[in-house]
Amino acid sequence: MPETILNPSPKVSEEVKQTTCYMCACRCGIDVHLRDGRVRYIQGNRKHPVNRGVLCAKGSAGMLHLEAPSRLNSPLLRTGERGEGKFKSISWDEALSLAAGWLGEVRSEDPRKLAFFTGRDQSQSLTGWWAQQYGTPNHAAHGGFCSVNMAAGGIYSIGGSFWEFGQPDWKECKLVMLFGVAEDHDSNPIKMGLSEVRRNGGKIISVNPVRTGYSAVADTWIGINPGTDGLLVLSIIGELLRSGCIDVDGLRYHTNAPWLVNLSGGPDRGLIVRDDQGNPLVIDSRNDKLVSHMDPGAQPLLSKTITTPKGQEAATVFKLMVEKYLQPEFLPANVSEKTGVPASIIEGLARELYQVALEHSDEINHAWRDIYGREHKTMKKRPVAIHAMRGISAHSNGFQSCRALHLLQMLLGTIDTPGGTRYKPPYPKPYDIHPSPARYAGPETPLSGSPLGYPKGPEDLLIEPDGTPQRIDKAYSWEAPLAAHGMIHSVISNAAAGDPYPIEVLFLYMANMAWNSSMNTPSAMNDLKAKDRGGNYKIPKIIVSDAFSSEMTSFADLVLPDTTYFERYDGISLLDRPIGEPDLVADAIRYPVIEVTRNVRPFQDVLLELGARLKLPGFVDGNNEPKWKNYAHYLANHERKKGVGPLAGWRGKKGNESGKGEPNPDQIDRYIENGSFWSAEIPEGALYLKNVNQDYQEWAVDMGFYDSPSPFKLEIYSETLRKFQLAGEGHGPNQPPEELRARITEAFDPLPSWYPPGNISEEDFPYSAITQRPMAMYHSWGSLNPWLRQIHSENRLFVPESICQKENLKEDDWVWVESPTNRIRVQIKPMKAVNSNTLWTWNAIGKRSGAWNLSPKSPETTKGFLLNHLISELLPEQPNGMRWANSDPITGQAAWYDLKVRIKKAKTGEEGIYPEFKSQYKPPDSRRRPSTLQYGKEWTE
Amino acid sequence: MTSLPKSTERKLGLVIDLDVCVGCHACVTNCKAWNTSGYGVPLADESPYGNDPSGVWLNRIHSFETEQNDMSALVHFPKSCLHCDDAPCVTVCPTGASYKRVSDGIVLVDESKCMGCGLCAWACPYGAREMDPVAGVMKKCTLCVDRIYNENLPEEDREPACVRTCPTNARFFGDLSDPDSEVAQLVACRESVDLMPEQETSPVNQYLLPIERYGADELASPDFNLASLANQKSGGVLSWIDNLLNGN
Repeated sequence: MPETILNPSPKVSEEVKQTTCYMCACRCGIDVHLRDGRVRYIQGNRKHPVNRGVLCAKGSAGMLHLEAPSRLNSPLLRTGERGEGKFKSISWDEALSLAAGWLGEVRSEDPRKLAFFTGRDQSQSLTGWWAQQYGTPNHAAHGGFCSVNMAAGGIYSIGGSFWEFGQPDWKECKLVMLFGVAEDHDSNPIKMGLSEVRRNGGKIISVNPVRTGYSAVADTWIGINPGTDGLLVLSIIGELLRSGCIDVDGLRYHTNAPWLVNLSGGPDRGLIVRDDQGNPLVIDSRNDKLVSHMDPGAQPLLSKTITTPKGQEAATVFKLMVEKYLQPEFLPANVSEKTGVPASIIEGLARELYQVALEHSDEINHAWRDIYGREHKTMKKRPVAIHAMRGISAHSNGFQSCRALHLLQMLLGTIDTPGGTRYKPPYPKPYDIHPSPARYAGPETPLSGSPLGYPKGPEDLLIEPDGTPQRIDKAYSWEAPLAAHGMIHSVISNAAAGDPYPIEVLFLYMANMAWNSSMNTPSAMNDLKAKDRGGNYKIPKIIVSDAFSSEMTSFADLVLPDTTYFERYDGISLLDRPIGEPDLVADAIRYPVIEVTRNVRPFQDVLLELGARLKLPGFVDGNNEPKWKNYAHYLANHERKKGVGPLAGWRGKKGNESGKGEPNPDQIDRYIENGSFWSAEIPEGALYLKNVNQDYQEWAVDMGFYDSPSPFKLEIYSETLRKFQLAGEGHGPNQPPEELRARITEAFDPLPSWYPPGNISEEDFPYSAITQRPMAMYHSWGSLNPWLRQIHSENRLFVPESICQKENLKEDDWVWVESPTNRIRVQIKPMKAVNSNTLWTWNAIGKRSGAWNLSPKSPETTKGFLLNHLISELLPEQPNGMRWANSDPITGQAAWYDLKVRIKKAKTGEEGIYPEFKSQYKPPDSRRRPSTLQYGKEWTE
Repeated sequence: MTSLPKSTERKLGLVIDLDVCVGCHACVTNCKAWNTSGYGVPLADESPYGNDPSGVWLNRIHSFETEQNDMSALVHFPKSCLHCDDAPCVTVCPTGASYKRVSDGIVLVDESKCMGCGLCAWACPYGAREMDPVAGVMKKCTLCVDRIYNENLPEEDREPACVRTCPTNARFFGDLSDPDSEVAQLVACRESVDLMPEQETSPVNQYLLPIERYGADELASPDFNLASLANQKSGGVLSWIDNLLNGN
């Protein structure tokens, strides 16, 4: 039989448009193949700095988000009770008039009564500026339950952080150590990087209670007990210090190890010894004199105790550090039981890190100038790259554990050196050039600055004279002094309780707070619909903007339907969370590649219009007319300060300036021509050690990252933390409430420390329970996508085999899982590759019945579940009757990985997911759910 | 029954590196996205938003727990048609719909001749063929036959969608009969396997096995200890540092 003859070159598409993916936070460049105005195929953009052509499971399935029956189609006004999901469609004019009316009234009386929080938003430079101009301090994105511990721990230590502000030098490193990294931020770059490391013959060590994904390809898996990573790291630090296996020169010249700490009693005890200009002082080894740490000729000593000319006893940071970490409590043999890591492994890790970073490291030819004016011809490679994420972040000791990791990097000299963990511009930016959070200024009055920032001491807290928090989420109060990303997880419960005060309008964008984005889902749902004695909702008005019908939209009074990422402009800005790589600075846009065919509008356009209707400064011109035609117009023309706008590429009238320059009205077109991103390479001499690199400092000023050169030392010892601790000890005018005094004093250790997470009795609740994000799903978004939901439409609780034996469990058994707060009934699957005291499951697969316009009996509802039902915003009562927030006491980060549970087999006949929630209605104008899908049928040959 | 060619001019196929596959499913959905509007009928999904979502996929990932260095480990195993030289799915086909191309060795289904009897799916020991529930014809990996020669695509993109998208670069495409090809070189220098050789299908696709890991046991059995360095620092690390920095 003759072979069938095929057309070798069938038509692919009519047009390829390049934009930026939004199926997760990774922000890869994509080539969107279009036919008949629809998406035929999506591939990675080969020229894009983030993904260099590759694309993950989510991004490849993005076109089905455009088909989802859960897409919202028009503005909605609630007609039923909150949470029922009963709405009527209304016009945009009616929707915007209502919203502007509510918001205008609040602004004229008390702008604090608007709480405006955003979820997986990538336009925070706009939303934050809007909140500032509106005048409410009650604004943040979702970092409080996501990763503020990593951001704040990083900024206060190294002026950068893992992920967005730094990444492993995949090309040059020989050893990668991952702490608590599952599929997470930077999804494609981590996959590309791990593969590159293995192909280069490098080693990967993964510290993680669960061996999935990245840990599965690691050389060595260390199945640590959850929440003890910081202790493991401090034990490694002790080993390195005891043996002198440290980067001595790096510590002297790049960190604050030689700075002197005042040890004399009184209100200055523990503060840094400074000269009259405020410069920290070091001891010069040439003459034992005290000189500024910036003195160009100084050769600082590391280990000394002296008496200063003012008569203060003082010791170097280095000396304090050695004395602390050489304590027996950090010996490998003494941390082994708590961490679940054998002492021999801890000793082996220390040895391995030392050998790769220091003993066997090469010196490469590389000319650069430091900030002391010294010219260097070479640089040491330090090929150990550490990366850490959620497993560190989501514990109540996460801030200090993150600091411990950065200290380990400093001892090894691996911060921003070849082969280490490198900054991504516009970082580094030390905490002290970040603004402090702005204060509430009154009705009809903008805040003086951004509502979010980095406090420098207790004087920057947002509290009333009597200590009452000024923010609805209590961020920047004594309960969470360094809550640099706000505390979105506290907003709803505080607002319903009127604590510290009631609010009038809750305005949420893209945040699924009625489901997987709240710590305690049932209580969040109850708070959203709670009524006072008069039958009025305790949170009087709720506005939600989202593109899809979620659990949260069912609780809205007014829904402002958003577009998908194919249908709008976005700016991924240096003012916010830019893309970028260690060798280059970059930012990006999205632009509409598909025409909108529903009665929906991009949220950013809506926010600009609301700003104009409210006549907020910056949103209207001199005649009180709208200043911005749409978000694209704003992106190209808004200036935050002279020459600096949302986008850094093709600035200036001629479009030939980078970083700084006058607005260029054609700027967006230039981005589109370049694949929707802009990048500029860092000059060769400015690539490394940016905090002390003169060429980088000058380049960063030219680019507009800094107003003036801002060199700084990496902070082993944090004077800011010490200032809070001093307050805890009773010094200074700003004093914490008595019940928090001990906690502040313990937690705010100026040197990285470790304390056990949570305070749950292990006798009653012996097991940890955690989640991981699957690689094919992002938060709650994937279930609306028929391809992705076929990969994960239900989840099991993975139970270590040892626990299965003890509790007599086998695959598919139904079990009760109980925490001090609540209980759930779920099905299990035994697993070996997991810490023997840890249960785990995939994150955010379970859905409320009826949400996302899935069938009410979908497997996401009947077999999918959340662990969130077991987590509480508050910990169990202390002996003194107090209940602490289930958060990091420093940053307020939601401590959802602190969860402790017990497990028992369900009785015969006890089956099915518990708790069950009443099904929600779908919006009135929802598309029908098709019974079959044949995507692309019209294009097949 | 349908006959196989005695030999093929080339042996196009995939080499899949299990050493770096993290099981992310990028190849799975990108394959589906390309092929649902490519060769033959679309890859249908039933109950896409309903109680039992299931669809046709040309490439799936299976995950297994195994032991590695006495430690539990997870292996991610992507599986699609292996374009066997002795393909039982072809010889079993009663209509001649299933065939192996002489020019490049790709195994294809001519859907116009397929009557949906399903014999080929039974015959394939790998479970690599899936019946389309709507069109009633057999679907399988085409090695992106509509991409690899397609002059409407830039030359660098003329490779299967799964290869182009893989974030860990775990998938390679080429002519395994050419000893100088990248794929043949990989097979030569790495430990590789025929999947289920006892089935005597002579698969063209090859799997590269995970390279031996540097395990925790090696970390724990040192050639030297940092403690030995600590012991050399008489007076402890602080006086060692003082001496070092004072030039003593």
